[in-house]
Order: sequence, then C-alpha cells, then structure tokens
Amino acid sequence: MERNIVYIAVFAALIAALGLLPKVTLLSGIPITAQSMGIMLCGAMLGARKGALAVLLFLALVALGLPLLAGGRGGLGVFTTPWAGFLFGFPVAAFATGLAMRWMRGARVGVAATVASVFGGIGVLYVIAVPYYMAMTGAGLADAIATAMIPFVPGDLVKAVVAGAITGTIYKARPRAVMSRA
Amino acid sequence: MLSLTLERQSWAHRVPVGWKLAVLFALTFLTFPIERLEPLIAGIVLVLLGWTSLGRTGFRASLRALRPVLWFVVVILVYHLLVGRLHQGFVIVLKMLLLFGAANFVTMTSRLGDMMDLVIRLLSPLRRVGIPPERIALAFALVIRFTPVLGQRGARLAEAWRARSARRVGPRIVAPLAVSALDDADQVAEALRARGGLRE
Repeated sequence: MERNIVYIAVFAALIAALGLLPKVTLLSGIPITAQSMGIMLCGAMLGARKGALAVLLFLALVALGLPLLAGGRGGLGVFTTPWAGFLFGFPVAAFATGLAMRWMRGARVGVAATVASVFGGIGVLYVIAVPYYMAMTGAGLADAIATAMIPFVPGDLVKAVVAGAITGTIYKARPRAVMSRA
Repeated sequence: MLSLTLERQSWAHRVPVGWKLAVLFALTFLTFPIERLEPLIAGIVLVLLGWTSLGRTGFRASLRALRPVLWFVVVILVYHLLVGRLHQGFVIVLKMLLLFGAANFVTMTSRLGDMMDLVIRLLSPLRRVGIPPERIALAFALVIRFTPVLGQRGARLAEAWRARSARRVGPRIVAPLAVSALDDADQVAEALRARGGLRE
C-alpha cells in the first residue's frame, strides 16, 4: 500500500520535473516539452489505474496553483483555454496506455510500451483534445486537426519511442518497478 | 518551490477559498452560452478592476500570467479572420480572456494550503469507497517534496552529460532520473511502513 501511493506521487513529480527539462522548439514555433512523455511513462510503468491516478494528482496540484506545467504555467487559468482538452485528456491517456500494456503482456516491454504510448498518449489523447478544441472554438474537424493536432504529432511520435525505450531500460534495471508487468 | 500566490495580502486573500471557487464555477457556466460581445467586455472590465485592486505588483503578475495565452489569441483571431467569421473569433477570445483572468485572480489570491484543505474536505466522501482523505493529503505532500528533488537531480544529470559529451543533452537522461526516483520511492515507502504505515 505504501509503495503504491509513493510510486504514484513520484511519477506525478516526474511529470513536473520533465516540464523543467530544456524544451525543443519546432520550426512551426510550437514548443515541444517532455511533459507529455511523462504521461506515457505513467501509463506504461504504473499500469492503467495507478498511472491515471498519478496524472490526476499532478493536475490537481497544477489546478491548486503550483506552476508545474512546462514553462512555469499553472493555476486554474490553464484549464480555460481551447487547448485544455489535452490536460483533461491526460489522465485518460495514461489509463489507456496502461490498458494497452496489459493487452500486450506477452510482448517485449520496450516494444509494448512504445505501442501502448502511441495508442494512449497519442491516439486516445487526440480523440479527447481535438473535439474539445472544436467545441471551444467552433472550428471544423479539418481545421481542428490542422491547428491542434498536426503540429504536435511528429514530436509525440518521437516521445512515444523514447518513452518505450526508457520503460525497457527501467525494466532491465529495476524489473519490480514496472508495475504494469508485476 | 514557488507557488503562484501573491505574497502581498489583499481584500481578496481574506475571502474564503470556497466562495472564490464557487463564483468562478458559476462564471464559467454563465459565460458559456453568451454569444454577444458587450457582456463579455463588461466581464473583462470587472476582471481588470479586480486585478487593479491587487496593487501594482498584483496587476503586473496578472499580465505576466497572460503572456502564454496571447499566442492562442493570435492563432484564433487569424484563423477566424481567414474563414471570415471574425465576430465569432472575438467571442471566443474574449470568453477565454475573461475566464483565464478570473481563474488567475482566484489562483493569485488563494494560499496553496487553503486550497488543499478545501480539496481534501471536498474529497472526504471518498472515504466510503476506501480512499481516506489523509492519504490524498500525504500524496500531495509527497509530490511537493519530490518535485524539486527530481528537478535538481535532472539538472545534475544534464550537467554531468555536458561535462562528458559535446552533443546536446538528450531525453536519454530520463532513464537514470526515473531509476533514481524509483529507488527513492522504495526507500520512502519502507520508511513509511517502518513508522507504522498506512492503515488499510
């Protein structure tokens, strides 16, 4: 029990710490941060339920007023933009990543974590974020995909591969820590 | 770790957090169906008055918090200009600025501790489904303690990388960062258990 709650807290903190890493700015001017990789790692490492709880814990602290989002953002205001669908989608994305890990129990950890991250951290996340953006801005599907999805997907694919590789490395170093395989 | 709350006290700091959040949620729901510009502008004027009442530092901090949103404002306005629905674009942008400004006002005038007390009180019915509020409080405290530790360790790993490699610091340092965080987690979990642990 203690281990579960401490792991959930540590992964929430890891998402925050990833927001502090130097960010890469794409040609389109959109900053790519490692933070959404933290969401993938939560699902891949902790499994569906605990992964989603870690993300919820992180978001709760952001909402309460800690500047934990990349770029030192935080507070209730960040949940009011048309892009907030990503924030609301994060816990679901972690949950879906964890579920996909369970479906691929037989596959190699690194491979399974990459595929699960693409499914949860990209597929499921955009299924939530794009309609949210459409509802908030009145944009059509094509426009929403062009402004809220296409610019981010290449970076997300890189992050999914890295998240998979990291999960594989951790599985070798600390097999017991990959709770989705325990 | 810094929080976004203004140090300087104001009248709004003394309003109970629950009231401020209730007003904010009411405002969110009331604003949603509005399609005309006048009420939104009136709302923004109110928010600006609120900001002004926080003094000069408060006003400046509010403006600074707005900066990342301005990029969204530009994107949305340009898009609606291109498709020829500028009025709709202004409605969306004003709504966003109004809610963002108001939400930020609440964040800046509420202490983290008060917010947390309220959330834990609101979540106490979860005790019935087996999640006691003390456990949520413990989780909050653990994250607040772990975040700066992991941030510093990440910076140290990046430094070590730069000392040894000419290449830019890559995402590869996340693996050792995560492994060390997991080792910390095991130790903290053991320490908690050694001190009596959490009741099941």
